[in-house]
Amino acid sequence: MATGRIVIDAERCKGCELCRPACPQSVIQLAESLNTKGYRPAMLVDPLHSCTGCALCAVVCPDGCITVYRDLPQKQTSLPKYEMKETLAHVEAVA
Amino acid sequence: MSKQLLKGNVAFAEAAIRAGCEAYFGYPITPQTELLEHMSRRMIELNRVFLQAESEVAAINMVYGAAASGVRVMTSSSSPGISLMQEGFSYIAGSQVPAVIIDVMRGGPGLGNIQPSQSDYNQVTKTAGHGDFHPIVLAPANVQEAIDLTVLAFDLADKYLTLVFVVADGAIGQMMEPAELPPMRELPFERPSWALTGAFNRERNLVNSLYMGVEGLEELNFKLQAKLAQIQREEVRYETQFVEDAEVVLVAFGTAARVAQTAVQRLRRQGLKVGLFRPITLWPFPEDALAEVSERSKALLVVEMNAGQMLHDVRLVAGIHTPVKFLGRMGGRIPLPEEVEHETVALLEQLAVAV
Amino acid sequence: MDTVVFKQNHVQPLEKITYERPSSLCDVHTHYCPGCTHGTAHRLVAEVLDELDIREDTILVSSVGCSVFSYNYFDVDACEAAHGRAPAMATGVKRVNPGKIVFTYQGDGDLASIGTAEIIHAAARGEKITVIFVNNAIYGMTGGQMAPTSLLGQKTTSSPFGRDAQLAGMPIHMAELLAQLPGTVYSVRRSLHDARHVLQAKKAIRTAFEAQIDNLGFSVVELLSSCPTNWGMTPNEALTWVEEALVPFYPLGDYKVDERLQGRKGAPK
Repeated sequence: MATGRIVIDAERCKGCELCRPACPQSVIQLAESLNTKGYRPAMLVDPLHSCTGCALCAVVCPDGCITVYRDLPQKQTSLPKYEMKETLAHVEAVA
Repeated sequence: MSKQLLKGNVAFAEAAIRAGCEAYFGYPITPQTELLEHMSRRMIELNRVFLQAESEVAAINMVYGAAASGVRVMTSSSSPGISLMQEGFSYIAGSQVPAVIIDVMRGGPGLGNIQPSQSDYNQVTKTAGHGDFHPIVLAPANVQEAIDLTVLAFDLADKYLTLVFVVADGAIGQMMEPAELPPMRELPFERPSWALTGAFNRERNLVNSLYMGVEGLEELNFKLQAKLAQIQREEVRYETQFVEDAEVVLVAFGTAARVAQTAVQRLRRQGLKVGLFRPITLWPFPEDALAEVSERSKALLVVEMNAGQMLHDVRLVAGIHTPVKFLGRMGGRIPLPEEVEHETVALLEQLAVAV
Repeated sequence: MDTVVFKQNHVQPLEKITYERPSSLCDVHTHYCPGCTHGTAHRLVAEVLDELDIREDTILVSSVGCSVFSYNYFDVDACEAAHGRAPAMATGVKRVNPGKIVFTYQGDGDLASIGTAEIIHAAARGEKITVIFVNNAIYGMTGGQMAPTSLLGQKTTSSPFGRDAQLAGMPIHMAELLAQLPGTVYSVRRSLHDARHVLQAKKAIRTAFEAQIDNLGFSVVELLSSCPTNWGMTPNEALTWVEEALVPFYPLGDYKVDERLQGRKGAPK
């Protein structure tokens, strides 16, 4: 199964939630915090790294806030892959 | 070039073509239809754009699109059609793109009739659409002037990025006179920098009359007003005849001015001190020049083919010191020189008694 | 944003971007309400402009209604037409820019009510423009009045008892109507209510622009869209209403596809 992640432009997001039912993995939630426009932006909450990078969320996003990344098949690396991904996803979601 | 016998409507059209009109959009309406017909043949021959629109509303919005694309563009119509085009006039004014409109006026209100009239004076000079703007309005009194002012209209439209009207009554549109056409101008190779041509290797262009913010729209209006003030300073045009010593000065434009001119010439032959003041720009109205004439004369007689529309502008200039009388015919009637003479003589007699 | 992410000391990329904001959209926030599918329609058009590489050749004619600010959102030359007149203005633009790509972006009030004369005649002339018609069955910008495409029984601020056919007539099917005109080479209806339909809509938009690139004639894509705010629904409820109320009344389909467009992406099988 392919894996991936999404990055949501939290300032552009209006918290409309169209991406939530579109997501087959149910890994999108609204943040508790508000952006500067007063919306609760969508965020990726994907502790098990189940996002497949299918981009259906981005397809339905009316505000073009979502960038989708899909992992490429990797040769062996020194750093376990999920750690790197989780860190990136976490950083992006918080940012 | 030599003179040829030309119908007014054809003269308008051919003058526009020679002035570099690249696109024409119009709709048939009497008494200007020959203009559209001439365009339908000549523009296609010259590989330029001619399109008969589905309505005057569509025609003026096509003009708006072509104007926004930076080409010399024109439409023509007559009074009821001009009413329909008002929407587009206002958007064109708000967007500050150049366009030329020929209005061959007919009798109103409503469907009125197809006889010559000057009843669009208020509409074109003051109420050409919603919002604060005035088009430049040029009023020819013969076919040669129809040609010359049409060429001027394109130049002024480009110079000020504004709407320019050339208004004639049906008589000027329909009559034939000897006149000389200008040589054909070369079309410009490039479009203006602001024109819609696709944002290739440059920032995108926007042609728009929408300003949601109060500041932005007021700023636009200040700019428009400054431009109109400059036009008022620099583009006033008029003609005078025998006004230096005239006791009564007739004020008239277009066909009414030709009738008035005949009356003035006849009365002068009788030794009566009468003159003629003919505004060529109806907007900007030649206020200062008329004020001077008004101060020197004892009374003004306004002659129009309407119920007295320019009359109000004349009265504003004349103030309370110079009496202003009015002779108008409506419903498509052209006043006869005899009527004008009679009215002028009566006014002179009144003035003599008053003294 | 980089298209690939490299891990330090490694040359092999870890991931690639599979979906990102199209470059033909300006980097601005739109005024559209949360969940309004105008944004989706904008994105699809921008993606098509990117894919066909025609952004620098394209001129947008905006309309009046909620789409009035679309000129702020597409990174193309643009103008703003009077209400309903976009097809006429686009005609003026296209006739003097015959080599450029000209499209209008209009709502249902603009296209199917005040601008019917202009849209019908642009289609009848086979004007070589592309029309993106966003049908959300309501006047959004003025606050939710009845539109020419409002459904029977639909309550709006100007049909408080529900649209009554005796009083207000029947809703208009524009895609079918425009398909009747000989100048039309492509007239289809799509919906934006879920991801699958959004992707189908994009293919149709692409075909519509290709029809213009090939100089074939008038092309129009009607997009069934939502208006959560004026329908009084959440954005997801509104999409459900599109699916359950609008789609049955306005059947999705290809009402005219010129034979020269057959077999392309988005064309019927």
